[in-house]
Amino acid sequence: MWEYTDKVKEHFLNPRNVGKLDDANAVGEVGSLACGDALKLYLKIDDKGVIRDAKFQTFGCASAIASSSVLTELVKGKTVEEARALTNKDIAGFLGGLPKEKMHCSVMGQEALEAALKNYWGEKYVAPTGEGELICHCFGVTDEQIRRAIRENDLKTAEEVTQFTKAGGGCGECILDIERLLMEVRGEQAPAEGVAPVAEEKKPKRLTNIQRMQLVSKVIDEEIRPSLKKDGGDIELIDIDGLNVVVSLRGACVGCPSAQLTLKQLVERRLRETVEPDIVIQEAQ
Amino acid sequence: MSHGPAQDKPQVIYLDNNATTRVAPEVLEEMLPFLSEYYGNPSSMHSFGGKVGGKINQARERVAAALGCDPREVVFTSCGTESDNTALHSAVSARPDKRHIVTTRVEHPAVLNYVKLLEQQGYSVTWLPVDKHGRLDLEHVREAIRADTAVVSVMWANNESGTVFPVREIGAMCREKGVPFHTDAVQAVGKIPVNLKEFPCDYLALSGHKIHAPKGVGALYVRKGMLFKPFMIGGHQERGRRGGTENAASIIGLGKAMELAAAGIQDENTRVKALRDRLEKGLMGAIPEALINGDPVNRLPNTLSIAFMYIEGEAMLLLLDQFGICASSGSACTSGSLEPSHVLRAMGVPFTYAHGSLRFSLSRYTTEAEIDTVVRELPKIVARLRAMSPFSADSETEGQHKAVAACAVERSTE
Repeated sequence: MWEYTDKVKEHFLNPRNVGKLDDANAVGEVGSLACGDALKLYLKIDDKGVIRDAKFQTFGCASAIASSSVLTELVKGKTVEEARALTNKDIAGFLGGLPKEKMHCSVMGQEALEAALKNYWGEKYVAPTGEGELICHCFGVTDEQIRRAIRENDLKTAEEVTQFTKAGGGCGECILDIERLLMEVRGEQAPAEGVAPVAEEKKPKRLTNIQRMQLVSKVIDEEIRPSLKKDGGDIELIDIDGLNVVVSLRGACVGCPSAQLTLKQLVERRLRETVEPDIVIQEAQ
Repeated sequence: MSHGPAQDKPQVIYLDNNATTRVAPEVLEEMLPFLSEYYGNPSSMHSFGGKVGGKINQARERVAAALGCDPREVVFTSCGTESDNTALHSAVSARPDKRHIVTTRVEHPAVLNYVKLLEQQGYSVTWLPVDKHGRLDLEHVREAIRADTAVVSVMWANNESGTVFPVREIGAMCREKGVPFHTDAVQAVGKIPVNLKEFPCDYLALSGHKIHAPKGVGALYVRKGMLFKPFMIGGHQERGRRGGTENAASIIGLGKAMELAAAGIQDENTRVKALRDRLEKGLMGAIPEALINGDPVNRLPNTLSIAFMYIEGEAMLLLLDQFGICASSGSACTSGSLEPSHVLRAMGVPFTYAHGSLRFSLSRYTTEAEIDTVVRELPKIVARLRAMSPFSADSETEGQHKAVAACAVERSTE
């Protein structure tokens, strides 16, 4: 029997926001009967871009149902921009974690959200399998999906890729392709003969202390603070010690149950994307 | 008989007996003295150990009597897996010039994975297919046997579907062609009559914990005259055929369990079968879009594998668990793999159903009241999950999903 957290069990036994949303103006559907899990996400977004309601229909296991339930809870009240920043890690994190073999359920939630937001913007919905080169024919997983899962979740092995994307979980013929993608994305050298050498990713140049301080201040002032202020919150830069960035949350962010999520998934993630990939956010005590 | 009598324990409705069974009170009673006061080594020369050795001999006689064979043809092992591995190891080692094996796609992993290992070591393997009811085609078996076949290994009854295979006919074919025949009878023993007198089989594996003996004990029948190569190398125990000090108490328990199993065959095929049929009829009558996996005629009397469209097995199991109901599923999500069980896939069960499969396996302790509880609660669970499913009947894209389902059926029968 899987070891599920109490939160997973709770959301599975008492899922929130089950069903169709008749006046939804954003609908995302991912997965299939053949694949063993599917999620249809309905969102009602108001004219200010705030998600006022969310519902779901899920075909899948306890993890899939719990992930769907928590996803609807997470997106309610968020702006479309805030919702876009949500990742599978947020879903799994709010559930107190998922068994590693079930991480693909959280990824399905993230993909359904993306599909719904695309639908909201009037973009033609393209199933994830339609983007990129098809790698796993059993589960219809593309190279782009695999690359992204590796990057966003710091995956290191083909087994982990399978746990997050299902790719490789069927006949297993694509395992070598998955390993090639892992080497590409992680910038590793191909160890075996016969495998085409992969161009080494150009590593970003290390910033000087002053460059780092300036860039961190700029991103916080120009991007992160305005985003938090929209919800009545704020952030103050306290100190920078090497790669450790110490901040303090202010306003409505103080005491917010999502404070740690804000720090990790908004502040740290954005700074890693724009400044340096190894930055660590710490909250001032 | 009701389970879980203690008030502080939840009531358990245990319908997962193909996974394991409770130890029968009569079995436990026979075992207990050999877990406490009679602890001598059965190989010792003193009478204290000799008493244990005597009880092991009695257990061997009981197993032989239940199987209809000579006690000298019984080797005690640690489990069904060891019995299967030993049989295959012995068969191929004894005839090193023979490099071909015949088996089925739906064997238990104890056979399946051992044969895969042999395949990696250079053996050629014929993997026999099954039809949608999990049945073998005897002509396929006949065609598969070659001059260089080292062993044919076909299970007596499948653990998931319950389908019973024509092992007598297969054994006869093997005998005719001079090829050793092994059958994994772990699920058959205690559920259908097994009488090895005049039965054309050379190796037969059984497991204690499937027939109300404890876990960690099994037996292998090796027909006299068969070349034998031990799998466990060690002392002279089991007449040199399986080294290692005997698991005396469990072997004694297995002997008693085999005696009870032989005596209970009639009950298994009447009362237990009637309960299984009551469960099947109740669920099929109450739940639309359900199908039975397995042979409608030649099926283990205690086994019901049933699948429900549009929902997933693990979710059903966890909701059943809320009522203390224990079953199992062939769905992907219960195993950590991403595809449904190899048995259901080999049977061509459409994905639309395979993901929503449940297996109920009854025992001599199952009651009518327990069956009625399942018939009462499971339809509500299925309805609840279907209401949550995007593929439910009232979905606006139902037509599309039906098309997907039809496609899955087509794919599975290719």
